[in-house]
This record gives sequence, C-alpha cells and structure tokens, in this order.
Amino acid sequence: MENSANIVEVRNICKSYQRGEHTITVLNDISFDIARGEFLAIMGPSGSGKSTLLNLIAGIDRADSGSIVVNGEDITELSETELAGWRAGNVGFIFQFYNLIPVLTAAENVDLPLHLTGLSKKERREHVEAALSMVNLTERMDHYPSQLSGGEQQRVAIARAIITDPAILVADEPTGDLDRKSAQDILGLMGRMNTELGKTIIMVTHDPHAAQSAHIIRHLEKGEFSV
Amino acid sequence: MILWKMIFKNAFRHKLRTTLTVLAVAVAILAFGLLRTVISTWYAGVEASSATRLITRNSVSLIFSLPLSYYNKIRQADHVEMVSYGSWFGGIYISEENFFANFAVEAQTYLELHPEYVIPEDQRHDFLRDRRGFIAGRQLAERFGWEIGDIVTLQGTIYPGNWEFQLAAVYRGRDESVDENQFFFHWEYLNETLEETNPAMADQVGFYLVGVTDPDLAAQVAEEIDAMFENSPAATITETEESFVLGFISMTEAIIQVIRVVSFVVIAIILAVVANTMAMTTRERTGEYAVLKTLGYSGIQIMLLIMGEALVISLSGALLGIVLTYPAASGFRQALKAFFPTFSVQPGTILLDLGIGMLVGIAASLIPARQAVRIRIAEGLRRIG
Repeated sequence: MENSANIVEVRNICKSYQRGEHTITVLNDISFDIARGEFLAIMGPSGSGKSTLLNLIAGIDRADSGSIVVNGEDITELSETELAGWRAGNVGFIFQFYNLIPVLTAAENVDLPLHLTGLSKKERREHVEAALSMVNLTERMDHYPSQLSGGEQQRVAIARAIITDPAILVADEPTGDLDRKSAQDILGLMGRMNTELGKTIIMVTHDPHAAQSAHIIRHLEKGEFSV
Repeated sequence: MILWKMIFKNAFRHKLRTTLTVLAVAVAILAFGLLRTVISTWYAGVEASSATRLITRNSVSLIFSLPLSYYNKIRQADHVEMVSYGSWFGGIYISEENFFANFAVEAQTYLELHPEYVIPEDQRHDFLRDRRGFIAGRQLAERFGWEIGDIVTLQGTIYPGNWEFQLAAVYRGRDESVDENQFFFHWEYLNETLEETNPAMADQVGFYLVGVTDPDLAAQVAEEIDAMFENSPAATITETEESFVLGFISMTEAIIQVIRVVSFVVIAIILAVVANTMAMTTRERTGEYAVLKTLGYSGIQIMLLIMGEALVISLSGALLGIVLTYPAASGFRQALKAFFPTFSVQPGTILLDLGIGMLVGIAASLIPARQAVRIRIAEGLRRIG
C-alpha cells in the first residue's frame, strides 16, 4: 500500500460529453489532492460535474485528459480489465439508490465482491458476518432487499462497500433517498468507517446537512472548484 | 457459485414473461419434433428395407406388369436364393378413407423373404392352406377390429368387382420400423379369378422380389436380371429394395423439403421470441450489470450471466417441448396410423431438440449480452432510480 500523505492526486482533469452537435464541458482543468484518511464532501448544484468527478476518481469513467493517481496508481493508464481489478481491490461504492441485487439476500449482496477474491467459502462467510455486524444488520442477513427499509438497504450497501477492505469509499448522494433519521444513521456509520477504520471517504451531496459530517467541503460549479 | 443463483433467479424473475417464453419455445420444439418425426417416418421404409432383397419391375413404369414367365428365368440367375412376386391390388375397404396397402403375393416365398413379419406358426399354416385367406398387419387388424376367421370384402379398382377374403393370420413387426398396416392375399386367387373374368390380365405380375445370397453381389445380380430381358417386350429394372423405396420417396421429395424448411422456420421464429425476451430483460437490468462491473466483475462474467439466463429459459422450453412430443406423437400415430404406421420419435430428434434449445439460448443472448457488456458503467448507473 502507498504511504504518501495524499491518497488521491487529480491533475488537470477535463471531461466533456457530446450531446448531438454540442460538446458539453463537465469538468474543466480540475486539479486537487485528497489526504489519506480524509472525509471529503463535494457539493454543487445539479450538472456541476460532482458525480462525474467522483466516477473518474473511482475508475468507473474516463477523463478526456489529465491524470488521476489513486493510492499510488495512475488509473488513467489502466485498461478496462485492469481497471475492473483495481476497483475491486481499492474502492468501495455507496450509491444513492443502494443498487443491491434484488435476487440476492443481504448476506449474498455483501458477499458479491468477495467472489472475485481467492477466499474460501468459510472465510467469506466470516467476513460477511463481520461486515454486517459492523452495520448492525446481522439479524437481517437472510432478508432480500425488498424486505428491508431504505436505511437498512443502504447499510447493506455500506457493508458491501467495506467487505474487501478498500482504502477509499466513494458515496454518491448516499442519503438522497432516505428520511432524516435514516440519513443521520448512515452519515454516522460513514463517520465511524472514517474514524474507526481509517477509510478515506469522498462523498458527493447537495444536502448541506449531510456535508456537515465531512471534514472538508468543496464546492463544484460549472466544472470548476469555487473558493 | 453466486452467478448460478443469479442466473436461475433472474430467469424466473418476471414469471409471466418467462412462462410465456418457455411455453413458446416448448410449442416450437414440439412442432419441430413432430415435423422431424414426419420426415424420419417417411424414410422408415428405407430403414426397414433389406439389403438382400431386390425388386424387379417393368422398366417403363410400375403400373405396367411383367409376364409370369420371367419367374423361372430369374430363379436361374447366379446368386439368387429365392424369388417371389406380387401385384398391387389397390382394393378399397368400405370407403376410400379406409385406405391401406393391399397386395396379391406368392404367399410361401413372399413370407420367407420377409422374416420381419412375425406370424404364429398355426396362423401361417392356415394362411398358406387357404386360397381365399389373407394376412393383415397387427395395427390394421386392430384398426378395423378384425378377428381371425372374419370375412373381409375389398372393392377392386384395378381388378373390378367385390373380392372376399377370410382373415387367416395377423403378423407383428419384428421391430418398430416394420409397417403393420398391410394386407396380403394369395396371388393365385387373383390370377385364377382373372383367368375366368379377364384373361388378358392373367399371368401378369406387378413386381418380382428377388432374394440374393450375398448383399455385396446385389448390383451384379440386378445387372444380370435386367440383361436377361433387355430385348424383350417388357424390359426390366432391378434395384435394391432400398433404392426402390427411395425412388418412391423421391416422388414426394418436394413435400419433404417443404416440411424440412418449415421445421427450421419454426426455430427461427422462436429464436426471435427468445432474443426479444432477452433484449427486454437486459435493458431492464442495465443498472444491475453496471453495479456488477463497478464491483469488479468482468464483461465475460456479465455475458455468462445473460447467456446462462437465456439458456435456462430456452432449455426449460426445450425440455417441456420434448416431454410433450411423446404424447403428441402418440396421438398423431393414432389419428393417422393409415399413413404413418410407424410414427415414433427417434432419439436423434430428441438430441436435435436439445441442441436447438442450446443454440437458441446462446444465439438469442449474443446481441443483448454484447450491448450489456459494452455499455459504460456511468451510463448504466444513470439508468437506476
């Protein structure tokens, strides 16, 4: 594992989309660093490019130019296959709509990333139980997503995100679909992941209340960070 | 393996859609199986034909007869073990809908040349003794409820008049390929009657049946026989029983080709149905595939997931279709036993059904899988919510 102070180094990133004849610039020459163990919130209005930036850092989208070094690896240089392997080992994902697989139980959803590792069934089971225990859902491990509340589903998603012990957790509007109480629980849980497990968390949100849980808040507007 | 669980769970996630698709595949496989069985039944006579039997007929056409005087000459040919003869009688039982094949044959030799007709010894003896006696296949006797001793009247078409026969024996086929819907009576009975009523038609036979000592010499014997009558008023064509039957089938080759084409058109249609189901399914699950890719699953694993689901659906339909093919074929056999006496589903047809089930599953999933694999994760995730 890379031990430098910065876990993410973004340099001169540009990203634009083609919409018919029009080119829409989403990110314009962005450069910034994220320190190891940081809890960063990126805020901004719709269309400001915050989710795109998160996707680039997490390796699920590609920049037009610039470099992104995450945990010592320039991910802009990786092929699709290498990137898939890198994501599996380095990044945990938390989505707004939880994105659990509906035909799998909570435990099986959490187990999904472990199937790409060489762990035995017994070892995987132990990891899953530990992760679900951390999000306080052990007793609901055999329930299907449709049998869980929104908050519970997001907790399962967090367990799935941390199951492979990634260095970074990326969260795209993790409380956007939750009521206030559940949202507070999720933010508390993410805080614990940051403080107790030392995970670097990058969270995109447009909710100022959610952003308050982070150590640092950055505002993105029209593809650029505002001061 | 969790992918297996996802394949099976996903396959039956939309129960109504999957059930309808499975039923569509089952009906297509059933139709395909029955059409293939029609084709194999058409060729059943070829399978049942003997390599040691030759058929000699008039070189002009089957409807022209040959003189009975050829009998002794053919017997004298080298490597000929036994010769029989007969004529297509073409009689009608009560009405034309009751069609079945009926022949006047030289009984003793004809039965000896056909060991595949299994007849109880006492019945064989009675048949050979009784000039008005006839022998019927088991299925034919069952079809009309004939019992030994019953009198059956055929209305002659080639040989006018009402012809009375008494059922002396019932034969069974040695195996499934043997037609049990035929009717044989004594050629002598026909000839004696013709000598009295229509002498011009007497002492004529429709064909000679020639048993050879060695199947490898069949071509040589056939040449020799045809050479004997080359310059006579009734020249002959001698061919193996298999060629003779194939010659008959070739007259209906166009129909067989149509059936063959239709059977594959059915499969093409079902391929489109399953492909449509899979296209809808993968479009709906784009977000889930994006999540799996986000977690590190490869394009090949996503492709296997989609292909597996398509295979579960198509093979479920194929298996159901195969299960339904047997009772359907049985019903078909009952309804059309006069035309398809040996209508039975061949193991090759079942293997073909299974192969097509697999092929349809794989082919139907190729384009949807390719689309699912190629879609960008960010775009796939945007489709959720």
